[in-house]
Amino acid sequence: MPWTKVFIDQDDFAATPATDGLRWITYRDSLREAQMQMLQHDARVFILGEGVDDPGGIFGTTVGLCEIFGKDRVMDIAIAENGLTGVAIGAALAGMKPIFVHMRMDFLPICMDQIINHAAKWCYMTGGKVNVPLVVRSIIGRGWGSAAQHSQALHSLFLHIPGLKVAIPATPYDAKGLLVSALNDGNPVMFIEHRWVYDYKGHVPEEIYAVPLGKGIVRRQGKDATVVAISQMLYEAVKASKALAAEGIEIEIIDPRTLNPLDEELIFDSVRKTGRLVIGDVGCRTGGVGAEIASRVAEKAFPFLKESVAIVALADTPSPASHALEMAYYPGAEQIIASVKRLLGNNKVSELAPVPGEPTSILFRSR
Amino acid sequence: MARTSPRTMRRLFHTMLKIRRFEEKIVERYPEQNMRTPVHLCIGQEAIAAGVCGNLKKGDYIFSTHRNHGHCLAKGMDINTLMAEFYGRITGCSRGKGGSMHPVAPECGILGTTAIVGGSIALAVGTGLASRLRKDGRISVAFFGDGAADEGIFHESLNFAALKKLPVLFVCENNFYATNSPQTARQPHDNIAKRGESYHIPGFQVDGNQVLTIYETVKKAAARARAGKGPSLIECRTYRWKGHVGPDCDYERGCRPEKELRDWMKRCPIELFQGHILANKIITAAEINHFIKAIDKEIATAVKFGLESPLPDKTDLIKHVFFERE
Repeated sequence: MPWTKVFIDQDDFAATPATDGLRWITYRDSLREAQMQMLQHDARVFILGEGVDDPGGIFGTTVGLCEIFGKDRVMDIAIAENGLTGVAIGAALAGMKPIFVHMRMDFLPICMDQIINHAAKWCYMTGGKVNVPLVVRSIIGRGWGSAAQHSQALHSLFLHIPGLKVAIPATPYDAKGLLVSALNDGNPVMFIEHRWVYDYKGHVPEEIYAVPLGKGIVRRQGKDATVVAISQMLYEAVKASKALAAEGIEIEIIDPRTLNPLDEELIFDSVRKTGRLVIGDVGCRTGGVGAEIASRVAEKAFPFLKESVAIVALADTPSPASHALEMAYYPGAEQIIASVKRLLGNNKVSELAPVPGEPTSILFRSR
Repeated sequence: MARTSPRTMRRLFHTMLKIRRFEEKIVERYPEQNMRTPVHLCIGQEAIAAGVCGNLKKGDYIFSTHRNHGHCLAKGMDINTLMAEFYGRITGCSRGKGGSMHPVAPECGILGTTAIVGGSIALAVGTGLASRLRKDGRISVAFFGDGAADEGIFHESLNFAALKKLPVLFVCENNFYATNSPQTARQPHDNIAKRGESYHIPGFQVDGNQVLTIYETVKKAAARARAGKGPSLIECRTYRWKGHVGPDCDYERGCRPEKELRDWMKRCPIELFQGHILANKIITAAEINHFIKAIDKEIATAVKFGLESPLPDKTDLIKHVFFERE
């Protein structure tokens, strides 16, 4: 299956060759580099997952690591997700730092007992005496007819569970920096990647660095509306910003980077400035992170809102298979544009300018 | 049996007595409703905790279940903090956040306790994996019941532990009931010990009310694990005298036949062993009385410590959701 050639408009996000001496690598290579460096620098770190040592190497993110570090530290395992999650937790309780990798986020529901009843609860129910330094990597695998059991985005499920942290990096820089933070955090961290951003390039320093959990970032400044963009929606928001700018509308784009802890102050500050809020999510609408952010803004920043909040998210249906249905299922820049315009009192969605396709990698040169 | 030293036998007997007296004290004090936590008593099953933990070093790990009091005491846990936890006090081992089902004592290899059936099995395999990776020489024990042998995680864990030859002992306390469901209603064959065979894990079915049998069996299995030869599965057949949860006997509610309980009570693990060590002059009746007095004093001190300790402050509610570095 041509996973690397799924429906991604490469032209929109083609890498800009580094002209200013900055190092540019893909999201995939950034993840691999983070893991390699952490394996080198911390003897407690090890990776386990089905297929971590195969030639594909979890879409390239673990390629070659087993050859360097051996089968004890890059461990192929049986497809026994719940049991092996328990094993990883046990190792973490004893002071190891496991990274459990799942090629599809859809496999996490099998591990829910161990993630929710054990990992998330352990620190609390031991009165803080024993912690669980565990990172669970999983990948949202949208497209190519992957359908209902191979393309879910379940990040919002984990927000409801006290004791779990949720990181959802959108850029290569954050992929490495957040993974380093997650491994050093000492808590169970659900580390959620998106298959569609694997090929995107951005600036990634060669040395180990940390992007703190709980710190969002303003990706683009604007005065007219705030767009909180989660995971791959960041790229859709960037596309939207270009089209809107052409019409004189400036949106402010916020990438929360982690959903728990959530940098709500950053969002409130932006809404204070713009008065309008659109949340772009890669998951289903009901009970999702869009609803969570909207409720926090309604509770704590209501006076700043000039309009109601808009959520751009997936319909409440399982993921379809047919390309035609996928096209209908996944919202993107156009829906963000329509929402922004609606909040600005301009409902003439049919007059939308076409979405331009210049490279946007300039955004990701720094934090 | 002859290989076990008199000193060890007295120690095993003391451990069983301590567990029995501790659990009986809970039966006595529970109706006061100051212990607001569901208690799962192990009266009748004491030989397993004593026989298994009698083989363990302080640094070895154990993972237990909702029915954990005996395991924790046998592993050397501080009795005061355990009791204080039952009373929901800030001085409790889990600072009042675990209750009876989640004791913790990292200093003696108890890294926490799970009350989800089967959970202990995978966690012990995980610490076993850590020990193998670090070559720290520790072994890990998973205590679980016959009900947990029905869970998928039992098989997932056995498979992985066997594959990696991990230093893990799977100790199944088969008391023939999962809550109130009898083993015959759940399992096509009475063969938990044999379930390891398909994973090339040696299995032993032993009388769970004979502490020396358990001790000797586990001794071999522990040596095998420490030598890097992999896990063992030990099914200890026993019976709980009390209901699944709480201080009462559940035959009164029709959960089990009374005769079944009476028959098992005739095979009390403590009386069986006491008869053996008295007959063989390993211990005297006076020494037993001395044991009981000292244990009861210790337990009384623990109850007092628990009742007199402060309750957690309201501000403690939101602490420890996450681990925080200092």
